[in-house]
Amino acid sequence: MPPQTSTPAFELKGSMLTTMVLHVYTADIEVLAEQLKQHVAQAPGLFKQAPVILDFHAIQQSAKTLDIPELVEILRNYGMFPIGVRGGNTSFNSLALAVGLHLLPTTKTASERTSSPAKEEAAQHQVPEMPVKIIEQPVRSGQQIVSKGDLVILSMVSPGAEVLAQRHIHVYGALRGRALAGVTGNTQARIFCHKLEAELVSIAGQYQINEELDAQCLNQAVQIYLKDDHLTIQPFHQKLNLAK
Amino acid sequence: MTRIVVVTSGKGGVGKTTTSAAFATGLALRGYKTAVLDFDIGLRNLDLIMGCERRVVYDFVNVIKKEGNLNQALIKDKRVDNLFILPASQTRDKDALTQEGVEQVMKELTEKHQFDYIVCDSPAGIEHGAIMAMYFADEALITTNPEVSSVRDSDRIIGMLNSKTRRAELGEEPIKEHLLLTRYEPSRVLSGDMLSAEDVQEILAVPLLGVIPESKAVLQASNSGTPVTLDEGSDAGQAYHDVVARFLGEDRPLRFMNLRKKGLLSRLFGGST
Repeated sequence: MPPQTSTPAFELKGSMLTTMVLHVYTADIEVLAEQLKQHVAQAPGLFKQAPVILDFHAIQQSAKTLDIPELVEILRNYGMFPIGVRGGNTSFNSLALAVGLHLLPTTKTASERTSSPAKEEAAQHQVPEMPVKIIEQPVRSGQQIVSKGDLVILSMVSPGAEVLAQRHIHVYGALRGRALAGVTGNTQARIFCHKLEAELVSIAGQYQINEELDAQCLNQAVQIYLKDDHLTIQPFHQKLNLAK
Repeated sequence: MTRIVVVTSGKGGVGKTTTSAAFATGLALRGYKTAVLDFDIGLRNLDLIMGCERRVVYDFVNVIKKEGNLNQALIKDKRVDNLFILPASQTRDKDALTQEGVEQVMKELTEKHQFDYIVCDSPAGIEHGAIMAMYFADEALITTNPEVSSVRDSDRIIGMLNSKTRRAELGEEPIKEHLLLTRYEPSRVLSGDMLSAEDVQEILAVPLLGVIPESKAVLQASNSGTPVTLDEGSDAGQAYHDVVARFLGEDRPLRFMNLRKKGLLSRLFGGST
């Protein structure tokens, strides 16, 4: 048994941070160095202490290998902190790891999505990866379930329990705790439940507490979504004999 | 094979110790070798309910700290064969219960003493003592009063049974849960003052093992140090016998609950509360 201390020594929390991404369009280090020099000269203060991510999507297929250690050295001289790379091929990645950079997951950029019609078509045929978490047991008071994609709960959510998802939440039972869908800002996320008795429902930060819920929707099977930025609760079957 | 049963609730005062004593006595009366363990270190009560408070020499913490052995600490009940009590320590706190220590005691009770059932009387709360009481359990009696705060605390405890116990950590078959409603007053259920068994079951979604009516016999039994199961004429005593029978697989109809009224749940949880 580890010794018990009354105050926790630390707390781990997720946080969002804006960083610059340097999209590299050429593997020619000399061209890069020259253009960087000109760019930084325009606003030298802007780059002091700035964390930066290197994006190699555009030169992924390049036959020439970029001198990553040299590029990192140049950026550091300008005061920037390269922290990681993404979109590189294996040789880029091993070079990056060798100079202590992290490999970051790839995200598609807006320019890339519209860059070539052929690419876009190919992308449409790919099924996007959406992690779905399925919970078969009741979610009890005090428990918290978090999903990075959809969250499907085959039983109930008790009062005092909290379920969160970046996308939709489905509850095939009574929803009596808190449900927060679209927690990272997805306004298209919805909550579906068999019986609405929630303490709180939220979609992309728009929330209602139990007291504010429309009495006509309570104890009903409903879906909850954002309509014109307003939280909307819609019973699936309008019953004449409403709340008891 | 030994089965370890924890009697737990989260909330205090719902009848865990009464249930532990009555349930363990009921099992022993049916011929099963049963030990009942008091995990409420610092607030020793089980010995009083079992009427053996004047025979305590060594306790649970003494055994864990190897200041005495289990044979010395186990108190044999004078009325019922096969029934043994392991009292809590009154002078220590719950941190004295180490997981290794509890494991060692469980192992000895299982392998050396070959008990059929080990009944663990949990302290209230969700802290270390309660976790230790449930950690090695195979089955759980979730003792709940028909009242909203007790129901919510039970819900919390059920969540912990599914996550903080040995079976959960090893990914084994989950602990078998039984709901036991205590201090049930059919008249108050009828008048809408109390949740019905149906309401509680709907919220907790755990199979109902039995309903123990609010009874004067329970207080009398506690004060006289007699497990209420030995008071066969009382309603609570009979209800506990039913519970033991159902636990052992017999099919017995629920007694001591009159017609129940619906609607309290929606009044309590629906609308503005």
